[in-house]
Amino acid sequence: MKVFFRTRKKFKTLFKSFFGKKKAKIGIYGPPNAGKTTLANRIVRDWSGEMVGQVSEIPHETRRASRKEGVTITGDNGSSVTIDIVDTPGVTTKIDYHEFEEYGLEKDDAVLRAREATEGVAEAMHWLREDIDGVIYVLDATQDPFVQVNIMMVGIIESRKLPVVIVANKIDLPDSSPARIRSAFPQHPVVSISGLEGDNVDELYEYITKNFG
Amino acid sequence: MLMLHGIQIDLISEDRLDNMTSMEKVRLILENVKEGTIVVLEKGLDPEEQSTLIEYTMMEISPDGFSGIEMETYPAKDGHEGLFTKLFGKKKGKDRRLTVIGPANQMRMLKTESDFISAFVTSR
Repeated sequence: MKVFFRTRKKFKTLFKSFFGKKKAKIGIYGPPNAGKTTLANRIVRDWSGEMVGQVSEIPHETRRASRKEGVTITGDNGSSVTIDIVDTPGVTTKIDYHEFEEYGLEKDDAVLRAREATEGVAEAMHWLREDIDGVIYVLDATQDPFVQVNIMMVGIIESRKLPVVIVANKIDLPDSSPARIRSAFPQHPVVSISGLEGDNVDELYEYITKNFG
Repeated sequence: MLMLHGIQIDLISEDRLDNMTSMEKVRLILENVKEGTIVVLEKGLDPEEQSTLIEYTMMEISPDGFSGIEMETYPAKDGHEGLFTKLFGKKKGKDRRLTVIGPANQMRMLKTESDFISAFVTSR
């Protein structure tokens, strides 16, 4: 019986690979406040005219992974790819609700935000292990990229052998340094953009069409 | 009576870690760090274990209690891939190096270089 099920599974996989092309789920990962949702909104708005989520200067505005299905992106060379964009909460190893109170949130709201954020990060890690086919790893180019959570996340993505592009975001800000990000992750392609202003996003779209199909 | 306030540091050898499952390592780290102990692993966690550690850390965070972990490790050593790596795709754990993990509300990393980690720890 086991052999039957195994053989059936193999046939299903083979059939899928020939006829039923599965859409790749591309996760937008990165630390809190790197501009992940701004970038997700930019991509989805550019190609489907819709939005993925709200943005805020308070960390952990995104507290649930949200998926926008069937976004078709066309590169300059005319090739296109249809993917699901998964916007994820900022990954961190610590969340303290007092941090949110510093942004003016009342204690109850800050505690609730912290609780939702912890659930969201755990969920994002689960997605990465189970459901993601490629990663756009977003970093704020004004911040130091040599922090443990970035090193760990890139290591986890590498271990899963997922295609990854690192985005040096916020290049519209004067103290941004994409070169620092390149030196931190020389083994991966780095695309410098401003998700907010849309600067250089065409280069990212080109990369996506070539590598995330 | 004189009260002593100190910080416990547990140094866990590579041999001991090699005899533990991934979940045992994650549980050991979190149970100790939640009590305020600094845990030093002679050999760091693999990426899958790191991913699980982040996930379980998030589940343990509570308001006015545990707020997460601070963690630092030496960067992996650059080196040429040997025949073993080319054949089997494994690095035999040599890229997993000494790792320091502590409670986020008690430990701050001051400096991390390829061969040097400096941390500042306060008692609770």
